[in-house]
Amino acid sequence: MTTPLAAVTDLKVHFPIKKGILARTVGYVYAVDGISFEIMPGETVGIVGESGCGKTTAGMAMVRLTPITSGSVHWKGTDMAAMNRSGLRALRREMQLIFQDPYSSLNPRMTVRQILSDPMDVHDRFTGRQRKARIDFLLDTVGLSPGQADLYPHEFSGGQRQRIGIARALALDPTLIIGDEPVSALDVSIQAQIINLLKRLKRDFNLSLIIISHDLAVVEYICDRIIVMYLGKIVEAADYASLYKDPKHPYTKTLMSAIPVPDPARRTRRIILKGDVPSPINPPGGCRFHTRCPDRMDICDKQEPAMQRFSDGHTAACHLYNNTDADLSHATPTHVSTPTKGDNP
Amino acid sequence: MGTAVDKNSSEPVLSIDNLKTHFFSRKGVARAVDGVSFDLTPGEVTGIVGESGCGKSVTALSVMGLVPNPPGRVVDGRILFHGKNLLDLDITALRKIRGAGIAMIFQEPMSSLNPVYTIGNQISEMFRLHKGYDKKQALAAAVDMLERVQIPSPHKRVNEYPHQLSGGMRQRAMIAMAMSCDPEILIADEPTTALDVTVQAQILDLMHRLKDDFSTAIQLITHDLGVIAEMADQVVVMYAGQVVEQARTRELFQHTLHPYTRGLLASIPVLGHRTRGMDEDLVEIKGMIPSLHDLPAGCRFSNRCPEVMDTCKTRLPDLTDMGSGHQVRCWLHTKGGSA
Ligand SMILES: Nc1ncnc2c1ncn2[C@@H]1O[C@H](COP(=O)(O)OP(=O)(O)OP(=O)(O)O)[C@@H](O)[C@H]1O
Ligand SMILES: Nc1ncnc2c1ncn2[C@@H]1O[C@H](COP(=O)(O)OP(=O)(O)OP(=O)(O)O)[C@@H](O)[C@H]1O
Ligand code: SF4
Ligand code: SF4
Ligand SMILES: [Mg+2]
Ligand SMILES: [Mg+2]
Repeated sequence: MTTPLAAVTDLKVHFPIKKGILARTVGYVYAVDGISFEIMPGETVGIVGESGCGKTTAGMAMVRLTPITSGSVHWKGTDMAAMNRSGLRALRREMQLIFQDPYSSLNPRMTVRQILSDPMDVHDRFTGRQRKARIDFLLDTVGLSPGQADLYPHEFSGGQRQRIGIARALALDPTLIIGDEPVSALDVSIQAQIINLLKRLKRDFNLSLIIISHDLAVVEYICDRIIVMYLGKIVEAADYASLYKDPKHPYTKTLMSAIPVPDPARRTRRIILKGDVPSPINPPGGCRFHTRCPDRMDICDKQEPAMQRFSDGHTAACHLYNNTDADLSHATPTHVSTPTKGDNP
Repeated sequence: MGTAVDKNSSEPVLSIDNLKTHFFSRKGVARAVDGVSFDLTPGEVTGIVGESGCGKSVTALSVMGLVPNPPGRVVDGRILFHGKNLLDLDITALRKIRGAGIAMIFQEPMSSLNPVYTIGNQISEMFRLHKGYDKKQALAAAVDMLERVQIPSPHKRVNEYPHQLSGGMRQRAMIAMAMSCDPEILIADEPTTALDVTVQAQILDLMHRLKDDFSTAIQLITHDLGVIAEMADQVVVMYAGQVVEQARTRELFQHTLHPYTRGLLASIPVLGHRTRGMDEDLVEIKGMIPSLHDLPAGCRFSNRCPEVMDTCKTRLPDLTDMGSGHQVRCWLHTKGGSA
């Protein structure tokens, strides 16, 4: 069996909330609260969920840009917590980030050439004569022209700046790129250009990608496997087709039905949830979705549902599936689609 | 010119006719809105769609008389509200119409809710101003309004400040405020863009109901063609300050005529398409939106259009009616262009 490129196990990231002059900790933001997943070499994994569910925190914890409360991240089989300095340094080269905001993530005082050279200097790669060729290659790869290397970020459009950010991430031949909302700030017509570019890079360089996005449609387009998060937890994970064709978790179903489809002939009845996403400071007990779930049952606010395994690596955490035998996955229990059943009598 | 003919709908409550709003600066003139025409009909949603900077908000601000001047100015056109040209009215007359006749929900919710007053204070102010209610009546009406937009425990929320509400609730409070005086027209500028999709679904549902219950004419501004397909009865597609296509919603999606609209539709990832084996790669619109200071001569889409012809590069096509109110600005469909 191949070792996963990265394995996240029961990862928790809790941010302390401090109050008063003594900065006493009065509580925690349970931003990421026990998530586990793996990414295989060459695989593209999408993390979706609504604002504040912990997507960015999960990504930042993987690259050690945010401290981990508990749990572990293994990189190619080695616990990152046990890595020495040179190990971490190599890791920094192999894992790269692309950010949402192409405006603020590039230093305005550096030319594109300097921006791309920076990581190469830090890691002492592509030095001397190789440098120019490398920069030309990178610009060409992301669809910019080598002639633009000496321009500053403000001389580019939003989409072009995102291309620069991608070129920077590619500079050191990474193994894994984590993109945090890489297309969210872009106009629709530009968004398609970047999505296609990411798909091409993944093919051409056999890259592994983690795409963090609130947009399920974007993620479905790019990713092999999709992880759905709600309030710091993974509620469902599956390959893209099986998630679309056979969503298990009521939250996934709601999310899918809430996305407006650009086809007036397909105006469908949607599941309208009550209320907003609760705060991760004081998440609901039991199943975290129970305050809004249309399929809620008595057990739901008392006991946290365990992750159930269905066929093809499809997993979901919901009490609706407690008594179904694993692997009878097509048998979406009939009461899933009748929202009233299971409500308190 | 430019007013849509549609047998199915009633008289328009607002007609925008050849509106031009320009911004003047040292860099030159930015023709942000450059000859835009469309109608709003009671009980209908008119969707305005287009990418960032194409003039959607400036069109709305022009109707409200809120274009920042300087640098901006309405330089031409008419905005007819019950036959009266709003551009001829003085500030007092306009203020009266704003709120009572035409209300707007702004793109930035926090910029139109005052942080130092309670929600109840701000909504009841509308009732006192426009309906002459006393303090007590106005507050009761405010609670009633909050209830109508489905804010939970309205009696409690009415005493809260904007920052105490979640994004979705704030947006609802804005809608409550805008609807408080039964406006004939509601202009909603990206009312759900900043919200999560599950909350967006709630707000869109709410707007649907308000439209049906009060026959409000809604101008819904968005860059999301999904929201348009879901909500709009007719669609106006804007590009670089101009209307490039306009039609009833189904017609627009089923018989898309303009290369830009076609490109937009092909470029958005649609949930389920990949799973169903459609479009492994998204269709891209090449290049980027031109700067308003540096527009291509001729058709403004000509530097990106996959179907560009020689004529397109020198001559700007007129918006042309192709029948039953479907209008398009493109030499492929307008007589006078040569293929
Ligand atoms: N450094 C921090 N200190 C305290 N709380 C934080 C910190 N970073 C994030 N949080 C909180 O943790 C929760 C998860 O945040 P995170 O940014 O991971 O969410 P997200 O899923 O990326 O959301 P979005 O879609 O809005 O980007 C939020 O409630 C956020 O306010
Ligand atoms: N106060 C202003 N001063 C100068 N130019 C302005 C001003 N407001 C708007 N403009 C210009 O008018 C054009 C149209 O802007 P508008 O806000 O209408 O775009 P929009 O279609 O609403 O875009 P978005 O989707 O980003 O909200 C823009 O190119 C902008 O630069
Ligand atoms: S466990 Fe219960 S509340 Fe949670 S998603 Fe399943 S049915 Fe809904
Ligand atoms: S007028 Fe010409 S350039 Fe413009 S959209 Fe039509 S075909 Fe394309
Ligand atoms: Mg985030
Ligand atoms: Mg706008």
